Amino acid sequence: MVTEKQAIAPGYCRLSFKAPHIAGTAYPGQFVMVYMNSGYRHLLPRPFSIFTRNRDKEEVSLLFAVKGQGTELMASAEVGSLWKISGPLGSGFPALPEGSLLVAGGIGLAPLAFLAASIEKPRTLIYGARTASQLICPPGVLDLPNLEVIEVTEDGTRGERGTAADLLLGLLPGPPALFACGPGPMLRAVKTLCLHSGTPAWFSVEEKMACGIGACLGCAVQTPKGYSRVCREGPVFSAEEVFNND
Amino acid sequence: MINPGLSVNLGGIELASPLLAASGPFGYGHEYLERIDCSALGGIIVKGISLKPWPGNPPPRLAETASGLLNAIGLQNPGLDHFVKEDLPLLARAEPRLIVNIVGCDIDEYAAVAAGLSGLEGIDGLEVNISCPNLKAGGIAFGTDPAETYKVVGAVRRQTNLPLLVKLSPNVTDITIIARAAEAAGADGLSLINTLSGMLIDIETRKPLLGNIFGGLSGPAVLPVALKMVWQAAEAVKIPLLGMGGITTAEDALQFIMAGARAVAVGTGFFYEPEVISQVKEGLENYLVKHEIKALGKLEGAARKGGIINGAC
Ligand SMILES: Cc1cc2nc3c(=O)[nH]c(=O)nc-3n(C[C@H](O)[C@H](O)[C@H](O)COP(=O)(O)OP(=O)(O)OC[C@H]3O[C@@H](n4cnc5c(N)ncnc54)[C@H](O)[C@@H]3O)c2cc1C
Ligand SMILES: Cc1cc2nc3c(=O)[nH]c(=O)nc-3n(C[C@H](O)[C@H](O)[C@H](O)COP(=O)(O)O)c2cc1C
Ligand code: FES
Repeated sequence: MVTEKQAIAPGYCRLSFKAPHIAGTAYPGQFVMVYMNSGYRHLLPRPFSIFTRNRDKEEVSLLFAVKGQGTELMASAEVGSLWKISGPLGSGFPALPEGSLLVAGGIGLAPLAFLAASIEKPRTLIYGARTASQLICPPGVLDLPNLEVIEVTEDGTRGERGTAADLLLGLLPGPPALFACGPGPMLRAVKTLCLHSGTPAWFSVEEKMACGIGACLGCAVQTPKGYSRVCREGPVFSAEEVFNND
Repeated sequence: MINPGLSVNLGGIELASPLLAASGPFGYGHEYLERIDCSALGGIIVKGISLKPWPGNPPPRLAETASGLLNAIGLQNPGLDHFVKEDLPLLARAEPRLIVNIVGCDIDEYAAVAAGLSGLEGIDGLEVNISCPNLKAGGIAFGTDPAETYKVVGAVRRQTNLPLLVKLSPNVTDITIIARAAEAAGADGLSLINTLSGMLIDIETRKPLLGNIFGGLSGPAVLPVALKMVWQAAEAVKIPLLGMGGITTAEDALQFIMAGARAVAVGTGFFYEPEVISQVKEGLENYLVKHEIKALGKLEGAARKGGIINGAC
């Protein structure tokens, strides 16, 4: 059941769901499948990373960009309406060491906000986007103890000017580990910097999905060991495993 | 409990329920068996197995379209040895009957896989996917040519005494010719339909949506096409048919039975609703009760026999 809806900015929405099992067992980096309630029009459920979790209220929330018909339907969901969601699915992030660097590009913030909330020791989040209107984190979510947040926009309309990768140049090497989610080009750039500086890194990646549980082999990504399933072995992969071609 | 009226014999395979998991979407079974109630499932047809592992197609492998799904998985599979060692022991313990779908890039490969599976405990039947391109005949799919169909089914038949289903491709001008060729080569039953060939384009990148460019269409969008082909095949052959293509409800399943199918399989329906099989089973039982029919088999081909003649059967 949808318990809360936040229309954050044009084209972005946050939905909270009452989901005791998911809220009770999920860990950062895992995702859920949201079933569309449009009958046969949309056969496939849509995958979304868990953005926040509240164990006491048995709730999880999702932060999403309206991209197509499925996310449009979700953005028009009403509080109190029933939606079927399944999860938690996939293999999430490894435990976050103190002093880690988290790098979020745009809507890639979703899994990293949950990860940032998993410890209270010092850690740093670089939160980047093209322009200020794409930095859409709802107020309060990143007000976490000992979390340093550095905002960066390519056009300089908020925070530092440049890309997340530009900022990383000055911060690597140093952090014991790096965790990132965002557009492909950003992750490729981050991967190069991590490999050069010897920083262990993990990325949350996306692929089209159907079953979400590892049966259909639809969500394959190329890794050095052959194809891996984003929904089962992923969505979190080590930097060495992904983005090896082109 | 499954209503005893739902049990059927599909080409020598005794099924407690006429509902099967189609090859592919259900993988090798474990993932769904762990998560959903599979008690209404009569059988599982596992994803296609080749002799050596096949890597599969480059991503993206999936694209959604109106009431349908386009896929180009590329028959990725771990190969015969891995299947027999790792997957079969787990599956053999499961309640539903187990049918292994086999693929090959030439006739020898099909025959070798069939030979390797013969006599293994826990396997109740084979399903030959003849939609694969025949690499020794210019890459034309076996299932689009009656002579090639006859040869490949015959080669598999000689390697096994297991009940043998042949899975027909719908991408043909006349399904009855291929259906007859498979029957003549010794098939015990026919499965139809496999996916319909198609494609989609992303207008922003101006490129095909699938990594493989072409894919196979499944889901409710294909149901009327599949139903017609089952009807035609039923006229052409005497062996029983396993109908599939877009089934998500009992009403869908009943249409296939009435067109001439003995049993039905669900593929894409699992993505839409993982509990689809329990729901279809319940709907079938309700239909039997409502119309006072003792056995589902009484409805096989009912629509081809002129519909309801004197009320309840
Ligand atoms: C593990 C994972 C986590 C994700 N987490 C988030 C998140 O937290 N917030 C967010 O905004 N988005 C997230 N996405 C992307 C999100 O799933 C897609 O944006 C969404 O499915 C688009 O659906 P649509 O119907 O609006 O778009 P359409 O373009 O109309 O979708 C058509 C089809 O493509 C699929 N699809 C389209 N884009 C993607 C994509 N990038 N990844 C997977 N499937 C896609 C849809 O599921 C649907 O089947 C995640 C994707 C994955 C794989
Ligand atoms: C993701 C996916 C994978 C499939 N893989 C196979 C396969 O390996 N072998 C095969 O014979 N058919 C395969 N099929 C075809 C299905 O078994 C079935 O014939 C077809 O999808 C129509 O049924 P449906 O509409 O219920 O899915 C696959 C279908 C899908 C959607
Ligand atoms: S979505 Fe089916 S295997 Fe990943």
